Amino acid sequence: MKHTLSVLLQNKPGVLSRVTGLFSGRGFNIESLSVAVTLDPSLSCLTLVTKGNDAIVEQITKQLHKLIDVIKVTDISEGEYVEREMALIRVKAENTTRAEVLRVIDIFRGKVIDVSPKSYAVEVTGPASKIQAVIDILRPIGIKEIVRTGTIAMARAPKK
Amino acid sequence: MGKIKGSEAIIQCLLEEGVKTIFGFPGGAVIDLYDDLMDSKIKHVLVRHEQGAVHAADGLARVTGDVGVALLTSGPGATNGVTAIATAYMDSIPMVILTGQVPTPLIGNDAFQEVDIVGITRPCTKHNYLVSKAEDLIPTLREAFHIARTGRPGPVLVDLPKDVVASMVEFVEKKPIRMQNYQPTYEPHMGQVEKACKEILKAKKPVLYVGGGVILSDSNEELTTLAKKLNIPVTMTLMGLGGFPGSDPLSMGMLGMHGSYTANMAVAKSDLLIAVGARFDDRVTGRIDAFAPHAKIIHIDIDPTSISKNVTVDIPIVADCKHALTAINSWLAASGENLEEVGATHNQWIETVNEWTRKHPMAYVDAGETIKPQFVIEKLDELTGGDAIITTEVGQNQMWAAQFYKFNKPRRLVTSGGLGTMGYGLPAAIGAKMAFPDAIVIDVAGDGSIQMNIQELATSKQYECPVIICILNNNYLGMVRQWQELFYNKRYAATVMEVTPDFVALAEAYGAVGIRCDKTSEVEATIKQALEAVKKSTVVLDFRIAREEGVFPMVPAGKATTEMLLV
Repeated sequence: MKHTLSVLLQNKPGVLSRVTGLFSGRGFNIESLSVAVTLDPSLSCLTLVTKGNDAIVEQITKQLHKLIDVIKVTDISEGEYVEREMALIRVKAENTTRAEVLRVIDIFRGKVIDVSPKSYAVEVTGPASKIQAVIDILRPIGIKEIVRTGTIAMARAPKK
Repeated sequence: MGKIKGSEAIIQCLLEEGVKTIFGFPGGAVIDLYDDLMDSKIKHVLVRHEQGAVHAADGLARVTGDVGVALLTSGPGATNGVTAIATAYMDSIPMVILTGQVPTPLIGNDAFQEVDIVGITRPCTKHNYLVSKAEDLIPTLREAFHIARTGRPGPVLVDLPKDVVASMVEFVEKKPIRMQNYQPTYEPHMGQVEKACKEILKAKKPVLYVGGGVILSDSNEELTTLAKKLNIPVTMTLMGLGGFPGSDPLSMGMLGMHGSYTANMAVAKSDLLIAVGARFDDRVTGRIDAFAPHAKIIHIDIDPTSISKNVTVDIPIVADCKHALTAINSWLAASGENLEEVGATHNQWIETVNEWTRKHPMAYVDAGETIKPQFVIEKLDELTGGDAIITTEVGQNQMWAAQFYKFNKPRRLVTSGGLGTMGYGLPAAIGAKMAFPDAIVIDVAGDGSIQMNIQELATSKQYECPVIICILNNNYLGMVRQWQELFYNKRYAATVMEVTPDFVALAEAYGAVGIRCDKTSEVEATIKQALEAVKKSTVVLDFRIAREEGVFPMVPAGKATTEMLLV
């Protein structure tokens, strides 16, 4: 079962390696990881996607909490949430395929961010499934290079 | 106070924390600190190997409950300490380890004697720091002590670059430490306490399963009250020995792989297991699905990660053991139940427990004049009135000490439980003796383990810190040999110590007293002689024991704890 954890931690050197070291040392799995500073520059927010049964995820959450530099751990996949990933994809764009690439990108609401005689670099954001769908469609046309971020996620605000 | 040198500030911080003795080994990166230490009130003990420094500080911490402090230089000094830091981490021992580091501008340049010790020790410390700015020095040290001694205790390492230690820092007054991100839970949730108490009152076959948390939180009295009030038999882990008096009729001794028949049977048949400050380690549980299969489980632990880690718990109580046991005792006292009557309902259960002990007591087969190691431990117990501080090495010697010495008080057994570090016993004995100069301190050793840190005989001599080293010498790495005998067709791969030093001559070379003993009839006289001689000098006893004696009962790895091999 996939879980998305949001971890608030001190923005200090070495903190990220405490988190990743915990995962490797205890044999937990990291599907994706993304980290950046928050509004408060002394804190970072880390979004981590992991797989495991409830007992494992409970243990991961507790172990993360035990790290001195970790302030808060939330399993946001327990409730309603939104998640996004971004991919930068360089795809072959020769005379015969240029128009088709643009059409595909348009359907997925992507953007062309770099143009060369033989390729487009495009930017796509969305949940992991959407990124995968774009990749699947573009692959037959010819993907030359791909860079993907980890997932970032946020709990939905209460509707009331 | 104004500005003072970083090294002086470190010493001030140590004094502020009540540190009287530190253990260390100098080097280029800590030379400033050593220079100032020379004039300070803190006693520095120069060991012969950095592992010894950290083990000695750990030994001191275990017998006193204070934070043990070790000082190591950068690079190899720091890496030599790693095994001992991991030892303290596994057993939750409060320690602060200060390591020198190359000056900040050189960090990352592969400078002479540079290692990333913060990176290396991240998984085996409770927390660690690299002090990169002079103004962080004092707050970091204070935080380090705070983290080491609060919550689930543990070792904290502070890496000190040479230029930071040599710089001038503002000495600010100490204020109470409040950390947003670190607030251990001491007080139990009363709803959980109530649930636990109701189960305790209902139970017909309860067992108290006591771990090192009871020792660390000094809650042996509260535990004893609970056990006696309600007539509940008690079993202890290796780390919990002494948490309940070993000679008490309710004590079933140790449980687990080399636990007593009684303890393992009682856990297997119990209907309520009350785990206090224990962590369901694999050496305790054996095959996990066969562990306490009929019991509801109450688990008191200050560390939430310990709860439901290995065994699913019915009633968790996250709290300091002392606070939780106090709350349970008060709840029970105020419950209106007649606790004596409730206790009396356990009489039949106690009778079953006693029957197991009558059938299979802790025992060994006498072998005439060939010395049985268990006999040596029994004699040690008898001749020291069960009141010595016993440190151990690791292996058969450790298990025999745990099985046959009656630990009636906490902080009397000093042993590497979690990590199982050979070479622990001698330096730990020195640390314990430094803390209690009037105590009798005995390192129960094997001929293999003792050689791992035997150089510390020189430390014991230099500081007139006499201890008894009781070597149970079988010319084997005995515990591994026992496994080979039982499970590997007696193929003794690399467990025969074909060359062992003459321990008597070795003792004498270090200025200690060495006594050899190879007859059962002489064991008592030898121990008496040692107890006399240790008033002045460290004593090495070389007991030539029955070579192929095993540790029993034994639960083979992966088996249920009821599937014991008996004597």
